[in-house]
Amino acid sequence: MTFTAIDAWWWPYVFILVAGWLATDFWRFLGVYLGGRISEESELIVLVRCIATALVAAVIANLVIFPSGALAGTPLLLRVGAGIAGFLAYLAAGKRVIVGILVGEATLGMGLLVFP
Amino acid sequence: MMPAAVLFGGSMHDFEIAQSGGHEGRAAWFRRGARAAFSIPGLILVSAFVGFAGLARDAGLTLAETVFMTGVVWALPGKVVLVGAILAGNGLPAAAFAVALSSVRLAPMVVALTPEMRTAKTPTWVLYALSHFVAVTSWVLAMDRFRHVPRPMRTSFYAGLGSTLVLGNMVVVAAVFLIAGRLPPAVSAALFFLTPMYFLTSLWGSARERAGQVAMILGLALGPVFHLLTPDFDLVAAGMVAGLAAFGIHLVGKRRHQA
Repeated sequence: MTFTAIDAWWWPYVFILVAGWLATDFWRFLGVYLGGRISEESELIVLVRCIATALVAAVIANLVIFPSGALAGTPLLLRVGAGIAGFLAYLAAGKRVIVGILVGEATLGMGLLVFP
Repeated sequence: MMPAAVLFGGSMHDFEIAQSGGHEGRAAWFRRGARAAFSIPGLILVSAFVGFAGLARDAGLTLAETVFMTGVVWALPGKVVLVGAILAGNGLPAAAFAVALSSVRLAPMVVALTPEMRTAKTPTWVLYALSHFVAVTSWVLAMDRFRHVPRPMRTSFYAGLGSTLVLGNMVVVAAVFLIAGRLPPAVSAALFFLTPMYFLTSLWGSARERAGQVAMILGLALGPVFHLLTPDFDLVAAGMVAGLAAFGIHLVGKRRHQA
């Protein structure tokens, strides 16, 4: 039952609806339903945030280490180096996301000019 | 350092209107909410969606599928995980499980936002409908700007803000999707690099406690490891192991702090 398992125009939309819409709006609707019944500070919420953060971080690392498309043609060390440079610039600039993105992209771009 | 009001596109004018009470109609507050989308956080979000469009196109999704996904899922981490699961060839249950795990945090965000918008007269369906717009950027903007919005007008303000962000980024995704195939390889590479760069920084900044940052570092390290060990189940496995480990470290640290 993968994304390409059924050769029909509607299958990708069903896949996106179930694995995407249902899996996200379920939590939003639950949030409205629960209202003020759970606290932002509870340990359960801390655990939830830890797992969600780690999961997204895992996706990000895979996008950098095992990329596809145009990024796959770039050197691994350059991608990792650009990521680290952008992240350090973000911290140095007082946690400004835009600075991190610009420095990371600039490092990648300069690297591609030097090692095409 | 710019003051927050400048960063978030706010002004004293809005504040004075808020102070004078709700003489104005819902349409005016809807428009003010829509205008709040045009801000630094909104611009950063657009750059993230530019990257997402490139990612989705590369994963083999069509233009219509990508725009559809943008509208129905909306939260970017959920979408990136979904595309990651599609790229890895995961089945529907594994993909849904991974997306659900990455989106649990939406529930506490909605829990925090809903009481800010609710009045005794607010119909419940309005709150359910508006909750669909909840993702990091709209949530941060709303929590920042709500102080300047009269309480009965906050649902209208958030409807304007949320719908502008969602529809605007659906247009951005479609436009990028159309031109992405004609870009030189170096520009495409830079485009794909936007998504990791956006999350590397914003994930760190949005962590409420040290445990979130520990979880991020462990997740970054374990993602590629589990990709090689268990390619079919790599995201969920890395998320669970790294998340539980970070939570364990958090509990140990807390106990030591109390002792």
